Amino acid sequence: METTTENKYTAKDFTTNQEVRWCPGCDDYVILRTMQKVLPELGVTKEDVVFVSGIGCSSRFPYYMETYGIHSIHGRAPAIATGVKLANPNLSVWIATGDGDSMAIGGNHFIHILRRNIDLNIILFNNEIYGLTKGQFSPTSTIGQKTKSSPYGNTQPPFSPGELALGANARFFARVGGNTPKEMAQIFTDAHQFKGTSLIEVLQNCVIFNDGCFDHITDKAVKEDKQIFLEHGKPMIFGKNRDKGLVLNGLKLEVATIGENGITQEDLLVHNAKEQDPTLHQMLVRLKSPMVMGVIRSYNDVTFEVREDALTAQVKANSNFTKTDDLFFSGETYEVK
Amino acid sequence: MTEDKIKLKLQPEVLEAVVIRFVGDSGDGMQLTGTQFSDTSAMFGNDIATFPNYPAEIRAPQGSLYGVSGFQVHIGSVEVSTPGDSVDLLVAMNPAALKTNLYALKPGHTLIVDTDSFTKKNLEKAEYTTNPLEDGSLENYRVIEVDMTSLTKEALKDVSDLDTKSISRSKNMFSLGMVYWMYDRSKDYTIDFFNKKFKTQPSIIEANTKVLNAGYYYAETLELIPNAYTISPAKMSPGTYRIIMGNTATAWGFLAAAEKTGLELFLGSYPITPATDILHELVKHKHFGVKAFQAEDEIAGVTSAIGAAFAGDLAITTTSGPGLALKGEAIGLAIMTELPLVIVDVQRGGPSTGLPTKTEQSDLLQAMYGRNGESPLIVIAASTPANCFNFAYEASRLALEHMTPVILLTDGYIANGSAPWKIKTVAEMPEIKCNRITKVKENWHPYERNEKTLARNWAIPGTPGLEHRIGGLEKDAVTGNISYEPMNHEKMTEIRAKKIELVQFNIPDLEIEFAKEGDLLVIGWGGTYGSLHSAVKQIYDEGYKKIGYAHFNYINPMPKNTGEILSKYKKIVVCELNTGQFASILKIKFGQFEFLQFNKIQGLPFSNDDLIQKFNELV
Repeated sequence: METTTENKYTAKDFTTNQEVRWCPGCDDYVILRTMQKVLPELGVTKEDVVFVSGIGCSSRFPYYMETYGIHSIHGRAPAIATGVKLANPNLSVWIATGDGDSMAIGGNHFIHILRRNIDLNIILFNNEIYGLTKGQFSPTSTIGQKTKSSPYGNTQPPFSPGELALGANARFFARVGGNTPKEMAQIFTDAHQFKGTSLIEVLQNCVIFNDGCFDHITDKAVKEDKQIFLEHGKPMIFGKNRDKGLVLNGLKLEVATIGENGITQEDLLVHNAKEQDPTLHQMLVRLKSPMVMGVIRSYNDVTFEVREDALTAQVKANSNFTKTDDLFFSGETYEVK
Repeated sequence: MTEDKIKLKLQPEVLEAVVIRFVGDSGDGMQLTGTQFSDTSAMFGNDIATFPNYPAEIRAPQGSLYGVSGFQVHIGSVEVSTPGDSVDLLVAMNPAALKTNLYALKPGHTLIVDTDSFTKKNLEKAEYTTNPLEDGSLENYRVIEVDMTSLTKEALKDVSDLDTKSISRSKNMFSLGMVYWMYDRSKDYTIDFFNKKFKTQPSIIEANTKVLNAGYYYAETLELIPNAYTISPAKMSPGTYRIIMGNTATAWGFLAAAEKTGLELFLGSYPITPATDILHELVKHKHFGVKAFQAEDEIAGVTSAIGAAFAGDLAITTTSGPGLALKGEAIGLAIMTELPLVIVDVQRGGPSTGLPTKTEQSDLLQAMYGRNGESPLIVIAASTPANCFNFAYEASRLALEHMTPVILLTDGYIANGSAPWKIKTVAEMPEIKCNRITKVKENWHPYERNEKTLARNWAIPGTPGLEHRIGGLEKDAVTGNISYEPMNHEKMTEIRAKKIELVQFNIPDLEIEFAKEGDLLVIGWGGTYGSLHSAVKQIYDEGYKKIGYAHFNYINPMPKNTGEILSKYKKIVVCELNTGQFASILKIKFGQFEFLQFNKIQGLPFSNDDLIQKFNELV
């Protein structure tokens, strides 16, 4: 991955000639535009970027990015991306996936890629519904949710992607609303710069089958009181009047109001995304109100490919074999005359 | 032991070939004993073929019938193409081993038993109601009774630092010592082996060497066994040889192909019997830059390989039948995206979990058709432990030259069997012409094809100006963009089929052994080569000169002269270890001929007697 100081690309350079086929008004457009806008600023060359996807609305993403890309089969993008990255660690690899693709059919690959910590980025388009198959409940749909496959209400309790990811030892987890391109751009940049597997959950509204499912969090009117956007090293503060924050009461996170009960800004928790211990990060991803956004966890750890490279270098240094002939003629051989 | 226990007259013999089977409890070290004997014989210049037969259980209860582990070796001064059926010498370390293997011993031939193991408890475990050493049931064999456990203990009484377990575990070396003396083999190779293997444990080296010598001199001193089984070196073509197992040969074929092409080798794999040894082998070779990735499941094994192929590696995945089923959808993706990929299926008995440690050829139709949609690919099959090397190399060549997945079929029999391999250098392997493109062309499209082969070009990430997207959706024949056009889909379906058909011009013609035309054509494919070749040769050598033999290594497409060869015989019989899968393919492609069948579905290779009887019926 060549790093260039000059900003030689624009968003247009990352736009393909393919007609975008998402429904009008879909948050997927915001994600696409944000990505096309961010990439020119990351200092990567176009030929070194690969987008990998599985199946679902989100998985059309690679077709619209003027980079290398592979639109694969349902759930398998993490495994394919692992192969791409191991084959060429210089590439900037991005996975576009959905809640069904990553956590239902692809659940196994999803947890294992997080466990291994290979350096790539996963954008999880979470709309709590199956869109492409026209409206069945997904692993993140809520209990009671009425869908085409749950006409009387969903009876399967949902996953919280963040909890699942941290349980699988994710080193980087961020969450962002599908209607906030500015924050999204910052998080894409952070994810790119992070060495390890970065998971970004985008709360992405599906205008057709699950419209408004995140309104109680993302709607402009309530957003500031219902979301807290975390930044590493800064106090956990939110609210229209910036007067609310998070404090720890025993083993529970609680909302406190500055000025009430003697609470000052100094009493609020300060966000440490880089902490190895995920306990507080787990509490943050579980919190429903306010919903915690931003980079919740960003713990630096050795990546899978770095471990592999180091081991390969060590084996090479200690081996007498440079060509396969050395191996073939080694050990017990005998001559027939 | 007293002399009167040697039941039959001893005659010095000069043999062309001999089959020996070592059997015992799964903890008795029979695999090691057998391997040592076969390696020593190979060093001596014999042709060899071996076959281990072990239980699926790692440590089955001691003395039980299903815990018996065996190793058979066929050595000869003439060409040896199978591990042999019936055996000339059976070494049985306990009653269960005797009970489960006596059927294979030729009447009148030699049986060596450890009498110490014939205790009441062990006889019960082996479900013997009377002791076979005493009830006369072994009258038709030459029985050599040796109190092997006691003799081993005696031999080791002066060696310090040895626990009882180590002492009783070295009795296999007593039997090996005896057999070395009987067949006039040197002990040096095995003693060298001890010195290397147990470098840091001098007492183990001493113990094993002592017991090996004890067995050797026991056989010599008592003069009970005539030392007249001399098997001279075989006539083999000059060169440097080594003994190789099929799975190792497969792994090495890929190493050679990677070096030849200058590509990095990527293996995505999930452990499965009997294919795992390929993973074990390749993971050792990080010094060649091999990337062997143990994935979270079979699907990740193949899909990680697809990712690596997209990114420019020589990508392979290894599995057995159940794993191939799981990989099916992903193999379809590799067909659709037209990426080079090799899938190795080391076949075992099926369906479902089936017979994990036994051999079968029942994945052929799965390899051919086991995917959704019209999804043709190349299917080839190796036929001996040593030529697994050639066919792993060939699978890589065809995948890269034709931009397609290739399924390489081997099976438990050749994968675990070993044989001499005349070592090939990478320089003598055929060239491989990759379809890599690195320069930007005007109006370039990822699905531009080589006119002759229809292989598309391969532009890998990191190449400036060739950025493109591929995927599982149908694509336009010209631009490679997504297309749902009806006529385009039909055209692309035809192109994908034609591309595989054209491979017939890049593979060798089918060769006939023995009669080039005549009454009976015997057809086989894959791992049955050794059995079929030997049986047909026997009939031909005995004077019936109208029998021919055609062995298929290329299944899809078949060699272009196949139809012509089929037309030269009055009868055709297709022999395979399934219910007739290859025969069914032949019937579809060559409906003008009648195909008789000979099938065996017992988890075992063909036996020579069965084949001879069948061919005699037909001629």
